[in-house]
Amino acid sequence: MLMLAGLICGFVFGWGLLISGMMQPAKVLAFLDIFGAWDPSLLVVMAAALAVGSAGYAIARPRTPLFAARNLWPEKATIDAPLVIGAALFGVGWGLTGLCPGPAIENLATLSPRLIVFVAAMISGMALHHLWQRRREAAQQAILAANADG
Amino acid sequence: MANFTPLSAAIGGALIGLAAALLMLSTGRIAGISGIVGGLIGWNVPDRDWRIAFIVGLILVPISGSLVGYAVADPQMPASWAVTVIAGLLVGFGTRLGGGCTSGHGICGVARLSPRSLTATAVFMVVAIIVVALTRHVLGG
Repeated sequence: MLMLAGLICGFVFGWGLLISGMMQPAKVLAFLDIFGAWDPSLLVVMAAALAVGSAGYAIARPRTPLFAARNLWPEKATIDAPLVIGAALFGVGWGLTGLCPGPAIENLATLSPRLIVFVAAMISGMALHHLWQRRREAAQQAILAANADG
Repeated sequence: MANFTPLSAAIGGALIGLAAALLMLSTGRIAGISGIVGGLIGWNVPDRDWRIAFIVGLILVPISGSLVGYAVADPQMPASWAVTVIAGLLVGFGTRLGGGCTSGHGICGVARLSPRSLTATAVFMVVAIIVVALTRHVLGG
């Protein structure tokens, strides 16, 4: 059931991106280009998504999800350097292409060679982060172990 | 504002919000695409199946769209391969380091009024606007 829910939600999400025009990087760049021929459509997309999403979350908050033990709301609350640096790096890549992860993955269906290369690079970037974080955690544990010995 | 399409933007946006709400009501998960994709990386990843199902659902959209006469144009990409690769790496690494992208922070997080997501959304919006201003109007790309 978890899989079916995932499939349906991905499908609805994807239709939202398609109908709103957000699958097309040129339209996203036109929103980001506030000094050019500005297209505010993305702002309307966000406003509508936030209106429906926050109403849905208000309904979901006191309930147990249908196919899981509990709601997994993010628990982290501190605004730290990785959050800001990560968002800034993402902003550079987004501004260079007009592509964020959702539309990039969805556009795989077009089989555009350049888009496939972008997604391969994006997944490589995610894998690099995964490896980097594991090394950092291992280094921290080594320091903790050394301190415990000393 | 010749290209402004408020009606389709509102309908599409409402569907995106609906999908985020449905995913929380059914699975208790946040609909953040970078998290869903990035969570598949590594050995012994937990709940792999629904993540893959979500991605399959996403990719089925353009295919089903073309079947019902909803044409999907090829995405316009940067002229340079190098820019394509560098931007891809930045989007992948940055969204994992920052813990989210336009969907996870920009929609799900802002809908919860999470201070982390409000901060991240402000940062990636402003940075992307500056990058576009530089590439289009200063460097004259």
